[in-house]
Amino acid sequence: MSGSHEHHAEHAHGHDAGHGTMRDYAMGFILSVILTAIPFWLVMSGALADRSLTALVITGFAAVQIVVHMIFFLHMNGKAEGGWNLMALLFTLVLVVIVLAGTLWVMYHLNHNMMPMTQAMGDMQ
Amino acid sequence: MPVHEQIWSPLLGRLSLAAIPTEPIVLATFGAVVLGGVALLAAITWFKLWGYLWKEWFTSVDHKKIGIMYMILGLVMFLRGFADAVMMRLQQAMAFHGSEGYLNAHHYDQIFTAHGVIMIFFVAMPFVTGLMNYVVPLQIGARDVSFPFLNNFSFWMTASGAALVMASLFVGEFAQTGWLAFPPLSGLGYSPGVGVDYYIWSLQIAGVGTTLSGINLIATIVKMRAPGMTMMRMPVFTWTALCANILIVASFPVLTAVLAMLGLDRTIGTNFFTNDFGGSPMLYINLIWIWGHPEVYILILPLFGVFSEITATFSGKKLFGYSSMVYATAVITILSYIVWLHHFFTMGSGASVNSFFGITTMVISIPTGAKLFNWLFTMYRGRIRFDLPMMWTVAFMLTFVIGGMTGVLLAVPPADFVLHNSLFLIAHFHNVIIGGVVFGVFAAINYWWPKAFGFRLEPFWGKVSFWLWVVGFWVAFTPLYILGLMGVTRRMRVFDDPSIQIWFQVAAFGAFLIAMGIAAMLIQYTVSILRRDQLRVNADDPWGGRTLEWSTSSPPPDYNFAFTPIVHDLDAWADMKAAGAPRPTEGFRPIHMPKNTGTGVILSAISAVCGFALIWHIWWLAAASFAAIVVVAIAHTFNYRRDFHIPAETVAACEDARTRQLAQGAAA
Repeated sequence: MSGSHEHHAEHAHGHDAGHGTMRDYAMGFILSVILTAIPFWLVMSGALADRSLTALVITGFAAVQIVVHMIFFLHMNGKAEGGWNLMALLFTLVLVVIVLAGTLWVMYHLNHNMMPMTQAMGDMQ
Repeated sequence: MPVHEQIWSPLLGRLSLAAIPTEPIVLATFGAVVLGGVALLAAITWFKLWGYLWKEWFTSVDHKKIGIMYMILGLVMFLRGFADAVMMRLQQAMAFHGSEGYLNAHHYDQIFTAHGVIMIFFVAMPFVTGLMNYVVPLQIGARDVSFPFLNNFSFWMTASGAALVMASLFVGEFAQTGWLAFPPLSGLGYSPGVGVDYYIWSLQIAGVGTTLSGINLIATIVKMRAPGMTMMRMPVFTWTALCANILIVASFPVLTAVLAMLGLDRTIGTNFFTNDFGGSPMLYINLIWIWGHPEVYILILPLFGVFSEITATFSGKKLFGYSSMVYATAVITILSYIVWLHHFFTMGSGASVNSFFGITTMVISIPTGAKLFNWLFTMYRGRIRFDLPMMWTVAFMLTFVIGGMTGVLLAVPPADFVLHNSLFLIAHFHNVIIGGVVFGVFAAINYWWPKAFGFRLEPFWGKVSFWLWVVGFWVAFTPLYILGLMGVTRRMRVFDDPSIQIWFQVAAFGAFLIAMGIAAMLIQYTVSILRRDQLRVNADDPWGGRTLEWSTSSPPPDYNFAFTPIVHDLDAWADMKAAGAPRPTEGFRPIHMPKNTGTGVILSAISAVCGFALIWHIWWLAAASFAAIVVVAIAHTFNYRRDFHIPAETVAACEDARTRQLAQGAAA
């Protein structure tokens, strides 16, 4: 927040310049294509023998893809909107982590402490 | 009696004449409502008020008028929710010695569900949103919110949700599941009727409004503050409003998703929360409380802000510990996200999970306690004026502290195993919600009424209402604490043990006192409006306020401020008064303002129709109304006549009139 004064010029720029240049969009596009092509190739060719390893690698590429989109297409950085964009993103991430990790932890406990009823009934179907 | 056999016709879905309830109590209410409604509509027509209401209020994008409409919605729904409360108290006081009371189980279960749903979603939320809507733009020196049309749309979506809940009283039934509709009870197997569908769709429609108004107010506070008002110069109420709206935006999507999944379970046969086929009802409970706990802080935080403003104003001092107040608010905002499990300690998590959430819950009492000490230190050595807003604030401090302490007690997992789902819990959360939110709303109404209307509320009936409410609250809820400690559980319809009847009779008497308090409050409003000329405040700033809303006329002009104020210090208006800043009287310029539009009303009305169709499985109507929503929304984007300028002469005339009024008032 304290840096917002020095970066006032960029801040103003962030409002009206239609965000981003042709170069940004081209780079974002190329990166996205590469990050999409590799997972496709991984699945189609079966280059990795282990299916769950393949899934894990694809998820990794997806995460990188999200970051690429945010930087090149949504123009998110530490300065846009006086830092509010980044703050909102960090806050959202914290909450998503709390909700997901908390739910997994709680539900794991509940599942562990339950009688193994659901499983047995599932087998009967 | 409920009609559960599934008759479905392509034209009317599940709807048929059998949907009209036959219970005499409901029929009598239905009759009274129809007669009252017809009388109201006839009166509006007779006095030719339709055009005025439509042009000046329903289609208004002025944040002040929308704020007032939210308060009126909250008040109307409050009367409905309180009627439910009285019915429950009567039933529980009567149903002993083999008596079944006067309500059958089907009716009683709907009443306690509707009471909870209405009081939280359609009373507390509209009150809080209304206050934020009215006050925040004025406090930050803005002319309106960031998205004025969205604001109008948000209000009408909330009103549409409320209308659906009210419709359930006379067409079909409401949920009989408790206010959070836990599955499997709320699943198709145990609730085959339309009750839970009414619940789901009224909350989904109102939820759109709540989320959008949250986004709107965040954008307003972040982007539209007057020049010079840095974050740490924002009034405390604006700070608490910001945090509450961040909580709204972050938590309401969870509610929307959970209710959508429950709706899918009920309509198309998915198995998210069913008992078998891999579903987990416990996951619903976990997810809905991830929304539910932040929700209680959404309600209370803005009222903490109200109490801060009132304490500083009526003690004639700066607020003690402004920055600690801000940090306490921020800490509560974050902590409110990591305590949700304390609502279901008994569901079967292990000791490590329960102790983690027990400790985080207890930790919340630290920033809250810091706030209380700040208020006390603000009062210390102040020249305290005990006008009504300050009386409500003191009543809040005394009442809320007890509620907070019983909350810390409930946060201890072993104690919760004894008290879970008991009347002790009921007493606790009414203690904090009535003692905190409701008292806070009354304090705020008494405080900002002169700002909104230019005359004070009459103090005599206000004080009658105050004493009846505060005493009535304790008479009504102390017995519930005692009964809860004895192990009486919530939502019971009949009782076997005659020795506990006396406590329920005392509680019913407390409810009677509160009813008198509400009557006194309505008399206070009526008397004040009738005697508005005697009660007129001849100054813009009747209480000696400290924040910017008091720097403009009371009531404020459409454009709020003729000139955007420039802020040099915290408590900007107190600072301007100390510096002797004069009232601007010349050099006015045209003011750019948003134009009214009826699109919000139309979209929300179609949404209510769509919700009704989905509830009754009238698929053709649901599809048609959904298409209509999309068409109207797109058509609205072609409306280019969205703004206009108030000419400088109009501004000058308006300001000059007020200047003359003030001069007369000063001379008189």
